[in-house]
Amino acid sequence: MNIGRITALIARHLYLYRRSFPRLLEIFYWPLLDLVVWGFITMYLAQEGNEMHGAVTFFLGALIFWDILFRAQQGVTISFLEEIWSRNLMNLFASPLTAGEFLAATMAMSVFKVAAVSIIMAFSALFFYSYNVFIMGLTLIPFVLNLIAAGWIIGILTMSVIMRFGQQAEVLAWGLVFLFQPISCVFYPVSVLPTWLHPVALGNPAAHVFEGMRGVLLNHNVPWEHLGWATGLNAIYLLIIITIYQYTFSVCKERGMLVRVGE
Amino acid sequence: MPSGLLPMSSPIVDVQKLTKRFGDFTAVDQISFEIQPGETVGLLGPNGAGKTTTFQMLLGVVTPTEGSIQMFGMDLMKHREAILRQVNFSSTYISMPYALSVEENLRVTGKLYGLSDITRRINDVVKNLEMEDIRHKLTRKLSSGQMTRLTLAKAVMTEPKILFLDEPTASLDPDIAHKIKAFLKEYRNASGLSMLYTSHNMREMEEMSDRIIFLQRGKIVAQGTASEVVNQYGEDDLEQVFLKIARDR
Repeated sequence: MNIGRITALIARHLYLYRRSFPRLLEIFYWPLLDLVVWGFITMYLAQEGNEMHGAVTFFLGALIFWDILFRAQQGVTISFLEEIWSRNLMNLFASPLTAGEFLAATMAMSVFKVAAVSIIMAFSALFFYSYNVFIMGLTLIPFVLNLIAAGWIIGILTMSVIMRFGQQAEVLAWGLVFLFQPISCVFYPVSVLPTWLHPVALGNPAAHVFEGMRGVLLNHNVPWEHLGWATGLNAIYLLIIITIYQYTFSVCKERGMLVRVGE
Repeated sequence: MPSGLLPMSSPIVDVQKLTKRFGDFTAVDQISFEIQPGETVGLLGPNGAGKTTTFQMLLGVVTPTEGSIQMFGMDLMKHREAILRQVNFSSTYISMPYALSVEENLRVTGKLYGLSDITRRINDVVKNLEMEDIRHKLTRKLSSGQMTRLTLAKAVMTEPKILFLDEPTASLDPDIAHKIKAFLKEYRNASGLSMLYTSHNMREMEEMSDRIIFLQRGKIVAQGTASEVVNQYGEDDLEQVFLKIARDR
């Protein structure tokens, strides 16, 4: 793993974001709009029923956390799509850059995106709705790291599918993550789901993060069990998905699809 | 012998029985050839003859079905990174990120190839390819001639030992095409660079190549100097040879 080549790709994306208004909009506009809408819903629910107060304050936190996962996924997938859109894959993979270094660069870009979006959302929630996401204290860190890892897993899966099936699968970059939303139990507990869906949800690391987060906010205790499950599942899935990515990459090289993916 | 250390007579590129099959279709069929240090080899053939697939295998972006590719005495499959640091390519059919300026694209290339003196190399290549006026221009605003110069600048700034050029003058007006060819010849003479060159312009192939390899349906059907190939087919010039081979389907 060559750090210089990874930073070369990061520099390439930072040059791009520096002067691309639509891409900056993607970081600022949608998260802020989400926050405004959910902020008002939260305020309305809080006014309507005091007994729900603890639960409604959770909505804003859940929204910010979901956006962390979503942006982590987007950071990986969109960085790959940028190379397809600019017909740059041949330049990259005919250079000494390896598939692993390319993946590491997209993951690093995803961390930059998550950091930018999280800072904007956290401070906007504090400013507009007096909602302090940092009330979770240091327990916030493992939750956020697990959400980033869960986003990477979906992002790498999406990237592998696009690499294998070409640009016709591009729509998955925005859609696939939402397939996981119902079983991530972002805004409701796992117990709300039909019983047969419980094992499916509990096999999803994101569901453990959101269950754990509810535990911290509503019961003020750190749910170590959920954190343990989230971390373990993420580690296993990351290992599997990186293996799938490397396999897809070599299959695409064998079939000559790597350089044709954008055509 | 340690990797990368070659006796003077050893070829830069040594391709043996290279084959690529896509399902039932054989794109490249058991081709073998060598490229010596400082030599320019022209790869000729009609569309679909296997030139692009050969290029892509030599650049490590397509995996061969059979055969071997040795460069600088190393196996491409086993020493991909070490080999590709010393190789580069330019093609009319590729682009570079549109939203980056010319200089930014060159800077990213420099970092990708681990160059230590990027600014000096950018200054040199910008001067040699007369790109001062477009140095800070966005890539999306470049004309096709300027884009060709950029992809060529990207290729030569890494100071490769071998350069793969896929129709570097296609779609260029004669003036720019002439300047590109003049630059390549001068650069080759100064640096001892080897080149593998494709073009559909037969005069250009004769002018640029020390030796020509003709591909047809994935196989090598003729090779030698341009005059040897012309004599072998009993034709007047390379264009007539091309037509004869292309129509012999």
